[in-house]
Amino acid sequence: MNNVQKQKRANKSLPFFFKDEFKVSFIIIFVSTILLISTFTFDIVPPILNRGIQPATFPKALLVIIISLTLVVFYLSIKKPWKIEKKLPRTFFLTLLNFILFVIVSKTLDFFLAIALLSVLVSYFWGERRILYLILVSIIFPIIVFIFFETILGLRFPPGIITNIYYQV
Amino acid sequence: MFAPLVSSKLMIVLVFGTLFGLILGVLPGLGPTTGGALILPFTMTLDPLSAIVLLTAIYCAGTYGGAITAILINTPGTPAAAATCLDGYPLAQKGEAGRALGMATVSSTIGGIFSVIVLVFFAPLLAQLAYEFGQPEYFALAIFGLTMLASIGEGSPIKNLIAGAFGILISTIGKDFMTSIDRFTYGINELSVGIGFIPVVVGLFAISEMLTQSTLLDQIFKRVALKAVKLPSLLDYKKTWKTILRSSGIGSFIGVLPAEGGTVASLIGYSEAKRWSKNPKEFGKGSVEGIAGAEAANNAATGGAMVPTLALGIPGSATTAVILTGLIIHGVRPGPDLFREQPEFLYGIFGSMLIANILFFVFGFFGAKIFARITLVPNKLLWPMIFTVSVCGIYSLNQSMLDVWIMLLFGVIGFFMRRYGFSVVPVIIGLILGELVEGTLRQSLVIFEGNWLQFLTRPIVVMFFVLSLIALIFPLIRKKKTR
Repeated sequence: MNNVQKQKRANKSLPFFFKDEFKVSFIIIFVSTILLISTFTFDIVPPILNRGIQPATFPKALLVIIISLTLVVFYLSIKKPWKIEKKLPRTFFLTLLNFILFVIVSKTLDFFLAIALLSVLVSYFWGERRILYLILVSIIFPIIVFIFFETILGLRFPPGIITNIYYQV
Repeated sequence: MFAPLVSSKLMIVLVFGTLFGLILGVLPGLGPTTGGALILPFTMTLDPLSAIVLLTAIYCAGTYGGAITAILINTPGTPAAAATCLDGYPLAQKGEAGRALGMATVSSTIGGIFSVIVLVFFAPLLAQLAYEFGQPEYFALAIFGLTMLASIGEGSPIKNLIAGAFGILISTIGKDFMTSIDRFTYGINELSVGIGFIPVVVGLFAISEMLTQSTLLDQIFKRVALKAVKLPSLLDYKKTWKTILRSSGIGSFIGVLPAEGGTVASLIGYSEAKRWSKNPKEFGKGSVEGIAGAEAANNAATGGAMVPTLALGIPGSATTAVILTGLIIHGVRPGPDLFREQPEFLYGIFGSMLIANILFFVFGFFGAKIFARITLVPNKLLWPMIFTVSVCGIYSLNQSMLDVWIMLLFGVIGFFMRRYGFSVVPVIIGLILGELVEGTLRQSLVIFEGNWLQFLTRPIVVMFFVLSLIALIFPLIRKKKTR
């Protein structure tokens, strides 16, 4: 028995709500339904301003199309199950966690500090251990980019503990 | 055609664009679409022609650059180079990496130049035809473009259509452009102007690729050593000239079709090369015809894809969607009026694409060995740097942190989409066509006083609807045939 057959057999033995095809279809339909409900809260314009159709009609139609097509995808997956994807490795979750950390640090402390932190942590978690390279990725390179954007594009970066020192606020 | 380019600044931009495009093409996971989106903020310092010359040079060279990695490490630098792996790598394994790269370089250049000729002749013709188009015709054309998403090659047709509809849905976020009613803004003021195209592109391509790379850290690439690129021999030319010409024609035609791009072109170019070959059994084992068929086709798609982009404002591929955004950002409105009002600008684009094809031939021929070394930059250093440039570039567009959050969000969405077989390209095409679809639909309904059946009274509209139906049915027939 080859690997694909093994994977398909393994997929068939799972209860339907554990299968990827169910989870993905459920999420799409769930989010689309919420969005569809929210379209009913859009303002309705009087007929004199209404150019052809109401502002909510087009998004409603799109969401109905998405839900219907997703149901078709799910139906087809019953006949032909999707292949089981490999389990996501630890590095993926660490990278994702770094994105969240980036958002928190750039919102509360400093945009550049957040970039430096993400760069050093991602590089480290992905296996870089040489200090010089970690400094290059997290300090030297962001400084070059910062200076480039600041001087050539005349960009002002958001305030924060490091950028405020640079801008002498 | 070259008069607008007679400026040292433009030539520098062209050379830089070609080199940068080659580097992007060589690096797996990056490519002309991501690279174009990343460099877009920097183009704000350039005049419109220089900006578009830069983007088109990246497009042409990036499409070719993918072949270098496909041949040497069996990993396509760009999706359009996937078919090149099939014969490029086996030939390289036989100790003929130089011959494989030489064939890829020559056929890419011929395909690229052929497509520029197609662009020069067909874009003005299409633009002339577009003068006949009213709102209903544009609506039908946009629908045709969207239905073409069903057959873009990656993923299942239905999943592609879902992704396309998702892209259009994103375009409806913000104030309705006809009535100023807020849609999906949920009280966030910054969302009333809508979601920018570039944060979504960079998120779906660059950030999602970063997440994908985080799952592939244990992957080891086997690199084939390259001594020097060799020009094809007379025998190779004899074997492949028909294939190169056929694939150039196929690539240009596929490129002209809305939403289709180099990936589909190269797959069809490759399979046609195999079908017409006297030695089909050699395919997959290092056939030079296979390399020529795929490479001529994917580079021919570049010029072809620029035809609807410039003449109609409908992108021919994901990268031309980025170029289209570049045009709009720089105040250039693609469409028939562009051909009448700014012909020099168009000549500049045509000329730059022609020169870029010649430049990548020179750089590829003499520098492939150096470009191949770029793949040695470890991902653990490369991707944090790409993240830094992405974040700063996206912030610089509107000096808005919301754009950065949107980029990250779409990065995560893009990762899961790709994981479960949804291509991200339809989202980009849907997003860029969304406003056109809704705008033309509503304006058409105003013209028709709400009578939908009036659409069927216009012959061009009916033709596009029929083509749309064919586009929807074709993937199903192809699937049945493949079985």
